[in-house]
Amino acid sequence: MLLNPAILALLLVSAVVLLMVLVAGQFALRLLRHWEIGSGSERQLCLERRTYLISTLMSWVFVFELLSLLLFVYTAESLSGQFVGAMCATGVLNANPWGWPTLLLKIALFFGGALWLALNGLDNRGYDYPLIRHKYTLLLLLVPLVVVEAFSQLRFFLGLSPNIITSCCGTLFSSNTEGVAAEVSALPADTMAWALALSGVAVLMSGLGYMKWGRGASLLAVTTMVAFVTALLAVVSLLSPYIYEHPHHHCPFCILKSGHGYIGYLLYIPLFAATASGLAAAATAIWRKIPSLSAYGFITLGYARLSVVLFLLFYLISAWSVFRSNLVMQGVWW
Amino acid sequence: MEIRLDAVRKVFNQGRPNEFCAIRGVSLRIEAERISCVKGASGSGKTTLLSMIGSLSRPTSGRIHLGDRLLSGLPERFLTDIRRHTFGFIFQRFNLIPGLSVLQNIILPAFPLAPSYKQLIENAHRLLEVYGLADKADSRVEWLSGGEAQRVAICRALINGPQILVADEPTANLDSEHSQRFMQQMAELQRAGKTVILASHDPLVYDNAEVDRIISLRDGLLEEG
Amino acid sequence: MSTLQRQRYLLDYSLSSLLRRKRKHLSLLFTYTLIIFLLASVMLFSNGLKGEVTHALAASPEIVLQRIEAGRHALIPADYLQRLGRLRGVSASKGRLWGYYFDSALQANYTLIASDEEQLSATEVILGSAVARMRGIGPGDFTSMRGADGNAYSFRVKSLLDSESELFSADLVLISPKAYRKLFAIDEGLFTDIVFTVRNSREVEKVAQKIVSRLPDTRPILKQEILSTYDAIFSWRQGILFVLLATSILAFVIFAWDRASGLSAEERREIGILKAIGWETSDILQMKFWEGGVISLLAFLCGYLLAYLHVFYTGAPLFEPVLKGWSVLYPNFMLTPSVDGLQLATLFLFTVFPYVVAIIFPIWQVAITDPDAVMR
Repeated sequence: MLLNPAILALLLVSAVVLLMVLVAGQFALRLLRHWEIGSGSERQLCLERRTYLISTLMSWVFVFELLSLLLFVYTAESLSGQFVGAMCATGVLNANPWGWPTLLLKIALFFGGALWLALNGLDNRGYDYPLIRHKYTLLLLLVPLVVVEAFSQLRFFLGLSPNIITSCCGTLFSSNTEGVAAEVSALPADTMAWALALSGVAVLMSGLGYMKWGRGASLLAVTTMVAFVTALLAVVSLLSPYIYEHPHHHCPFCILKSGHGYIGYLLYIPLFAATASGLAAAATAIWRKIPSLSAYGFITLGYARLSVVLFLLFYLISAWSVFRSNLVMQGVWW
Repeated sequence: MEIRLDAVRKVFNQGRPNEFCAIRGVSLRIEAERISCVKGASGSGKTTLLSMIGSLSRPTSGRIHLGDRLLSGLPERFLTDIRRHTFGFIFQRFNLIPGLSVLQNIILPAFPLAPSYKQLIENAHRLLEVYGLADKADSRVEWLSGGEAQRVAICRALINGPQILVADEPTANLDSEHSQRFMQQMAELQRAGKTVILASHDPLVYDNAEVDRIISLRDGLLEEG
Repeated sequence: MSTLQRQRYLLDYSLSSLLRRKRKHLSLLFTYTLIIFLLASVMLFSNGLKGEVTHALAASPEIVLQRIEAGRHALIPADYLQRLGRLRGVSASKGRLWGYYFDSALQANYTLIASDEEQLSATEVILGSAVARMRGIGPGDFTSMRGADGNAYSFRVKSLLDSESELFSADLVLISPKAYRKLFAIDEGLFTDIVFTVRNSREVEKVAQKIVSRLPDTRPILKQEILSTYDAIFSWRQGILFVLLATSILAFVIFAWDRASGLSAEERREIGILKAIGWETSDILQMKFWEGGVISLLAFLCGYLLAYLHVFYTGAPLFEPVLKGWSVLYPNFMLTPSVDGLQLATLFLFTVFPYVVAIIFPIWQVAITDPDAVMR
């Protein structure tokens, strides 16, 4: 275990967030049992008031989870100095088996939180709170995710002992090692370029289609998820070599460093926000037939529009980063 | 818009030893564009009834309609939304916020509705002009006389352009001359098309010639007659 | 844009509410600033030190080779260099002579380094500034050291080291190799250690492996290892201080909770009025969070600015002994200012995060005041 302020901060956040989510989860159970919208009984009034507390708690949980995701990556990056052989965050995450699961869980929580907030925002406009049961069921589903994330992060930090030799980016992604990351880098760049282009066209078309005809929300959800995963794979196996101008450097974190003009932020922020709003569009579109929500189709449209714009931004920045690079790979390396 | 109450009950501290039924089944109609007055001794449930009529609180059982909308059963979020577009309130102790100027007090109810600032200020100045407070706009409310404070409270109640005005014991802190003037102001508002609902145990109010209808209340029930 | 406009109105109200109750908020703001100031000072200071170390080590060789005799550090013979032969990737290698000298008069350790580059004659030395300060001498003066044979040797101070990198040079004494051998009774042909310069940082490990396989009685120390050790030590010290400060953070959280929940009757009535005239629970919640946001922002800016001045302009008098010292001779130097995102995020999560968590519940309790409360 390393007694490092950033690690202490991350553990503090995960402990407090866990507590907040457990409070919210316990309330969710009570609400699912006793909620009666039409009643004027004191229990109902009390439940109703408490929904404000839970909404507030969940909004902050989302904010803190987002910060903790950022800080986690930063910390992994800064710890790389203490692990001989770990050139960057990748090596640190590799130092024990809990690193990558923690990161993925944090990302999952980010999207889970975004979905919950989107549902909450829509539900708060329907005068009979039509989604309240779905909303709180979803919250109950998020609870175990937070528990597992807190546990996994704790194991990761407890298991870190500095100066054990870890593999650096180069060896992690070299094609002869097994594991997810190795397979990512083994994807040939030209296939990846096609996949990125296709998934991009698909997600943009389905987003525009939804904006025009107001239909195809489930298609939008699927294309958004596919586009997100493809984009992440493309960052690792296609974009990062161009950005680093080095055909075998496949690190998804080093692009966040100043040495590369912080271009990682320009890529990741639009990508994550686009995915979150695409999913939010799909999640809010399902309920448009509910009478009290029928007037709020514009919210879904807003999410869809935001998603299209942000995805477009992501693709433009990707294309620009390849275009501007001095590295020539097509037909040379593959 | 008329307001209709059907078998409305309000119970406090439900299920506890100190359970207390403030309104015990009231049904009534309050016509639009009239001055109605709820009358009764203190403890008769006037204030509780008024707060349910003004959708400040929800009945424990029974129904309340505003026009053709059912209000009872709406969560606070939507009840408040309807209330701030429809009702203006004048309270017994004026309830102005000390430390703020007259103008700042008047525009407070508009904040959650987020109108444009310029329009809001123009609107407020127009109201102050009507009620003879134009020169007081920037003075602090704690320096006002009782009559002035009352007029500021009226301006605040009118800032969002409500259809219905609700006043709880409006004359409790006024001398008889100001009470008379207040009733005249209410009558003017009624002639301008507003509904006025008062609650009072002051004969200057409920025996006033301008009052169209008296609703008398005793121990949480309507008194016939 | 009405959402934005609404937030502007709410912010406007919370500012006026803050200004109307300056007294009450001032004590909170003060404690909040103090907490941020303490934590930020610790962070800025130890990160500054870390930066200094990294900077100082930047020019040092990649590998230091020591001979180990039964687990004990021993002098290394010069012919080890010949025995190694040429190593691919190594651009330079040479033997070094250095060691600690205990000065019984000052009760302090100096680091003596034999220097070829300075072209010192056998009776000349160059002093680090702290040594010169403690002894009260300057260039041209004479100083003496007692050698291994019991005789005192006198040296003329040729010059002083500039204090640019004083963290490391404070206790340094540069001396000619000949005088060093005489002083410590070390034979020709023996060195303290051997250093290697390796161009490509990726080859360092391979080179170190080769050296060990050719010279099994030696131990290579990599620059990377030294850096990571310093890194770990500084983070660890910082962590210890943070744990110690955790109690004060907790006290602050309780204070903030108390402040947020212990409203005066007048404040409660104000919230009641707002609810009665048409504000909704979430309006009050947001207005109150704006209040907390303004306080946090002010405290964060003030605390961080004060910490910055404290660390980089006054030399952090509060923490110096805990975070810096490893020697009796305190280096006297100014850190190079540095700020980074990791620091800010960590600081934020240690201060603003607990504050926000502490006020959520009290704020909510105020916000759910019944709209008809003012009528009762």
